[in-house]
Amino acid sequence: MKHQTMVILGAGTGGTLTANRLRKRFSTAELQIDVVDQNNQHLYQPGLLFVPFGLAKPDNIVRKRSSQLHKGINYHESEIESVDIETNRVHLTNGATLVYDVLLVATGTKLLPEETEGLDGPGWNKDVFTFYDLPGATALAERLESFRSGHLAINLFDLPIKCPVAPLEFAFLADWYFTDRGVRDDIRITYVTPLDGAFTKPAASATLQHLLEQKGINLVTEFNTGEVDTEGRKLISYDGSEVEFDLAVVIPLHGGADYVHNSPGLGDELGFIPCDNATLQSKAKPNIFAIGDAADVPTSKAGSVAHFEGEILVDNIDAFLRGQEMVERFDGHANCFIETGYSKALLIDFNYETEPLPGRFPGPIGLPLLKESRINHLGKRMFQSFYWHGLLPGRDVPGIGAHMPESGKRQLQTSGKP
Amino acid sequence: MTTTELAGKSVEVNEEGFLVDPDEWTEEMASELAELHGVATPLTDGHWVVIKYMRKEYFENGTGATVRKLGKASGVNTKELFQLFPKGPAKLSAMIAGIPKPKGCI
Repeated sequence: MKHQTMVILGAGTGGTLTANRLRKRFSTAELQIDVVDQNNQHLYQPGLLFVPFGLAKPDNIVRKRSSQLHKGINYHESEIESVDIETNRVHLTNGATLVYDVLLVATGTKLLPEETEGLDGPGWNKDVFTFYDLPGATALAERLESFRSGHLAINLFDLPIKCPVAPLEFAFLADWYFTDRGVRDDIRITYVTPLDGAFTKPAASATLQHLLEQKGINLVTEFNTGEVDTEGRKLISYDGSEVEFDLAVVIPLHGGADYVHNSPGLGDELGFIPCDNATLQSKAKPNIFAIGDAADVPTSKAGSVAHFEGEILVDNIDAFLRGQEMVERFDGHANCFIETGYSKALLIDFNYETEPLPGRFPGPIGLPLLKESRINHLGKRMFQSFYWHGLLPGRDVPGIGAHMPESGKRQLQTSGKP
Repeated sequence: MTTTELAGKSVEVNEEGFLVDPDEWTEEMASELAELHGVATPLTDGHWVVIKYMRKEYFENGTGATVRKLGKASGVNTKELFQLFPKGPAKLSAMIAGIPKPKGCI
């Protein structure tokens, strides 16, 4: 194969694992790999959920990005100015320009608190927090310590968000945390969502809604937050209805990385990359691909998705580099542990076509699906080690493939697609 | 799926009331659909900007826009969208525009 250059924007889950898998497959003479990220801190994002409750320490969920990349991968620490898709160039804010044969966009999604009126008001990080970034999760840990009575509102403003189950997990863990500290009777918890139920997919939504009820957590649906009054402590919807709170934990709107908006033709209005759902090739140009949260495909923005996409993407990029037809197809496979408190968790597994079903994963003898269990909780807590030592380096997991397994699942009587 | 009469024509709608075939839709059906689904009529210019944008999106991308995309790209901001189509701008405007329910995010 003639020498070619691959540029990967972003050294998070998707960018890192793809770079490492490609490095294993091609020699440096065949493929030069350049990876760019704006800082050298790789955050294990699933760990954020545990920080507010003192169950994870900030130091333990961050490692150097550069150390996660195999030898023979060039790492550039800089912000990205823009991508010129016509001339195959990436302009960095440090003045450098990278020329690519193939580009992978793996810059994920960022929080946009400024897009919700009032959210940056005086009560931000005082009575209104998010746990979706490390400073927020850390500040919230301190606030929860001293919160002993009142109304806690948990509000996601609109989708897409990273890990759509995390706000529910936060509610479950908060219930456990306050119970443990003997103050649960003095605290009201309300989950506020723009959806018409607890979750997007029917079977999982019913299970999760039932759990909310069991735990005495109120549910407010179809609430479209347009404004947050951080001083008056009110969530205000576009239709004028209000939810008052003493403490609010919100999930700000999400968008793609800033440079996408400076790169004509690359992304959509929200800064995500439109691409083929199955091959992950961008609609902008054949030599541009996207992975993980940055890709605009109709499945969850979640680490498991980036993981499963990566396996397929590497084969497709391989074919593309050799001028062959891309045959691998991503099916939208996502797999999420949902912490429900008291050292238990649910597991859900789904794809573009199949909603989360009960049964077992990955086969008839496996972890219980859509059902609380301790083993799922252990799976979630032990996953971090596998993340650093298995997933990022690009090792295959025995028994868990990119495509959604069906053998352990029970089909529901009521049919209907999610 | 049921058949219903709109603007003097017989069309198929699904259980939620969305037209099954967007090609059967005519502009005359819009205000009848709006009345059926609780959107104030007569439809204003603002409504029509959104309805036309939704149809364009559907025929170009295979799905209508979400509220956030509408707010950024249709020319009508999010606050106004909720005034025009209370409760659910994306769902209601798709309904009135005769296209399927926009594929939301998961």
